[in-house]
Amino acid sequence: MTPTSSSSWRAVVRQIVRKALSALVVLWGAATVAFFAQLALPGDRATAILNIRSGQAQLRTPAELAQINEQYGLQRPVVVQYLDYLRGLIGGDFGNSYQQYRPVTAIIGEQLGATVTLSLTAIVFAWILMVVWVTLTAGRGPRVGALGALVDVVAAGLPAYWLGIILLLVFGLGLRWFPVIGGTGVNGLILPALTLAIPLAGFMSQSTRTEFERALEQPFVISARMRGMSDAGVRVRHVLRHAVIPAVTLSGWALGATLSGAVIVESIFSRPGIGNVLVTAVSSQDLPVVVGIVTLVAVVYVLANLIVDIVYTLVDPRLKAS
Amino acid sequence: MTALRPAPLAVADARPGLLARLATGAARRPWGLYAAIAFVGLLALAAVAPQLLATHDPLALDYPHSLLAPSWTHWFGTDESGRDLYSRVIFGARESLLIGLGAAAVGIVLALVLGSLAALAIKPAAVVIDRFVEILFTFPALLLALLLIAISGPSATTEILAVGLGTAPGYARMIRGQILAAKGSAYVEAATALGHSRARIVLAHILPNALRPLVAVFALSVGQSIVWASSLSFLGLGVAPPSSEWGALLDAGRQYIVQAGWLIVVPGVVIVAVALAATTIGRHLQSHLERGEK
Repeated sequence: MTPTSSSSWRAVVRQIVRKALSALVVLWGAATVAFFAQLALPGDRATAILNIRSGQAQLRTPAELAQINEQYGLQRPVVVQYLDYLRGLIGGDFGNSYQQYRPVTAIIGEQLGATVTLSLTAIVFAWILMVVWVTLTAGRGPRVGALGALVDVVAAGLPAYWLGIILLLVFGLGLRWFPVIGGTGVNGLILPALTLAIPLAGFMSQSTRTEFERALEQPFVISARMRGMSDAGVRVRHVLRHAVIPAVTLSGWALGATLSGAVIVESIFSRPGIGNVLVTAVSSQDLPVVVGIVTLVAVVYVLANLIVDIVYTLVDPRLKAS
Repeated sequence: MTALRPAPLAVADARPGLLARLATGAARRPWGLYAAIAFVGLLALAAVAPQLLATHDPLALDYPHSLLAPSWTHWFGTDESGRDLYSRVIFGARESLLIGLGAAAVGIVLALVLGSLAALAIKPAAVVIDRFVEILFTFPALLLALLLIAISGPSATTEILAVGLGTAPGYARMIRGQILAAKGSAYVEAATALGHSRARIVLAHILPNALRPLVAVFALSVGQSIVWASSLSFLGLGVAPPSSEWGALLDAGRQYIVQAGWLIVVPGVVIVAVALAATTIGRHLQSHLERGEK
């Protein structure tokens, strides 16, 4: 046993290293795409930056341009700028905002907490909704099952902005359970998080439902029933554990989806957060801020997926055996 | 005779319910599909000849009748300037549908180029393109779209390109998978054994088979693109409010959410309905094509 298990461990480690390296390549690529996006501003960059700052297009004097060129190092060759940018990224430096005269990291740092809270709350809500809904409706005959599946599909397809508005109208304005605008406390978090959670729950339910129904047919379920376990007990203690695996592997994607969905949700509910910052930055063409936030979300997505992948490799014994 | 009676009832009970058949698309008469086609047809008519369907001039200001709730004269109510919302929605159909179709076309063409190169180009190039698609895929679609808008400023054209660019990486991956599957199939092996040239195999065997599902994917993508594009307009980063493009209507209605909720609910319902219709049509095409293959 010992030699095989040690060699299988080596295979696992090799697999993890390979995955980490490939994630690194993807991260580097994402950063590169983001850098060249900043170069793509039409016309002279220093002029563009000044115009973005003042909000009006006009010709600039050489003295003005020289100052901007100096500040952003625009006169240097692109390759040098690129290497500098990469070095900055590794040290956690995303450059300076065109409009706010501050480092992008400071701007993001102030607002990141609110968005992460929203995003994680939404994922927790989505899991609760998904687990309850699937456990109640999966494998309960054609009618209930079909209703369950239909709700999954519809929920997954709801556009965030519309769902948010409906929730706002019904629970905020109609029933007055939650503050309509800018609630910063726990109360103000519930509707925005639900707006992100409902479509997410719909997506996860689709794959969980398939697994759940498959697991219900397994021998271990029959043996549990023969031991006299109740239906609810079988579902919660045995079947659920198998059924949620695909949803767990979607975690990285879910994090990326809720972070980008925050753009719309924060706008509807007038919540602070990086989504709101992003919308303002896009409309004022403050590219370093836009690029910083977009890169950050891509990094989170890649890292979350890597972690899921590694955990998966460690947990699944079949991968070790192969 | 009475003893025989229960049998047909039991048979009727065993048939899956209407809901089940709708959900699985297994109804003998696909009413959902008919409804979707009728709705899309109606919108196509609105796009081509809006004056046939509209009840009012979409731009006529009528301040005494501003912010009226839906009624017989104003089916969807009126906005802050007394313009008839129903007529505005009808007149907005052309722009909304064109943006959706345009964005879907941009996305699919881009995906087609990237996906087939990643699957068919010679080794080093294919690997590079494959990686590039994977890198683009790490940016959520909305963020990729926002990045493009930040660079070139909001406009209808940018909106089309942005949504197309945002959705392309996902489709590119799908197309790559389809082509690789076709490449490994028995008929390609047979063609290779017969000594057909690589170009002929690709053009005559791989592409037609790999790309057949694209018709369905395009329909699905139009629905998705309309939703994405209206999200951008809703954020004030797409088509600007004087236009009655549906996302712009949503954006304009936001300020009146307290006094006149219908200004935002109605365009939202229309967008969701279009997306649902496009998805229904796409799903049916998909299952139809799959059945045809067997």
